[in-house]
Amino acid sequence: MPIQYYIYLCLALFSIGIIGALTRRNVIIVFMCIELMFNAVNLLLVAFSKMHLAAATIADKASTVGTDGQLFVFFIMVVAAAEVSVGLAIIVMLFRNTHSVDINFLNRLKN
Amino acid sequence: MSTTEILFFFLSALALFSASMVLISKNPVHSVLWLVVTFFAISGHYILLNAQFLAIVNIIVYAGAIMVLFLFVIMLMNLNQQNEPQKNFWMKLTGVISGGCFMMVLVSLVRQTLDMQTKVAMTTSGDIGLIKNLGRVLFSDYVVPFEITSVLFLSAMIGAIVMGKKD
Repeated sequence: MPIQYYIYLCLALFSIGIIGALTRRNVIIVFMCIELMFNAVNLLLVAFSKMHLAAATIADKASTVGTDGQLFVFFIMVVAAAEVSVGLAIIVMLFRNTHSVDINFLNRLKN
Repeated sequence: MSTTEILFFFLSALALFSASMVLISKNPVHSVLWLVVTFFAISGHYILLNAQFLAIVNIIVYAGAIMVLFLFVIMLMNLNQQNEPQKNFWMKLTGVISGGCFMMVLVSLVRQTLDMQTKVAMTTSGDIGLIKNLGRVLFSDYVVPFEITSVLFLSAMIGAIVMGKKD
């Protein structure tokens, strides 16, 4: 599968995430769009790791080039899980104080 | 057209459609469910790339744990279609245009890159995505970052409990 197809797919997914973060006002939906962007980047990392493997297996059949890329995806997932738990705790705290999930209320932080 | 290509285009269309539905649907619960469909489509892509460990981890961690957390929070707040805040039309249009411009610039960049024209991602073969290879590298070269993630999780857990506690 040509690598360009994967790049276009991930660009489209990432742009959908950006559009969602810009157009929605519900803070949970914005958070979900950030997760969508994470996943687009993860898919591109895996595709690139297999691209380098395809180039390396021509010279050496038992090559393990590209393992690092897949491990980075694993670590991104780990960090995303920690980030979601803290982020949702912040959102719940925000909801308890303002009784709203509207991100326009967040400008109260400046006072 | 080979089976791999049919699967690739089907999964891509599914991922893009369900990602768009995340934005379009008014009800936040429906958005979460569409996002789960997106994650399953991306897991299908991982299996197509023979990254089986990441496919399983993606389903367990994202579709299983994180999305259930989102659903719990949405149901805890009793959000539904009626009290969903909406931006006005011009703000939405501006957001779509700026996101579309971002995609257009990057697509034209990739189209002009000669280096990417001939490269091919290896599908349905190559053993680096199997758990045997990944586990060996994870516990030899990357053992220190792996241990540090446990500290990260501990701090995230403590932070979530401290913030979620009624003061």
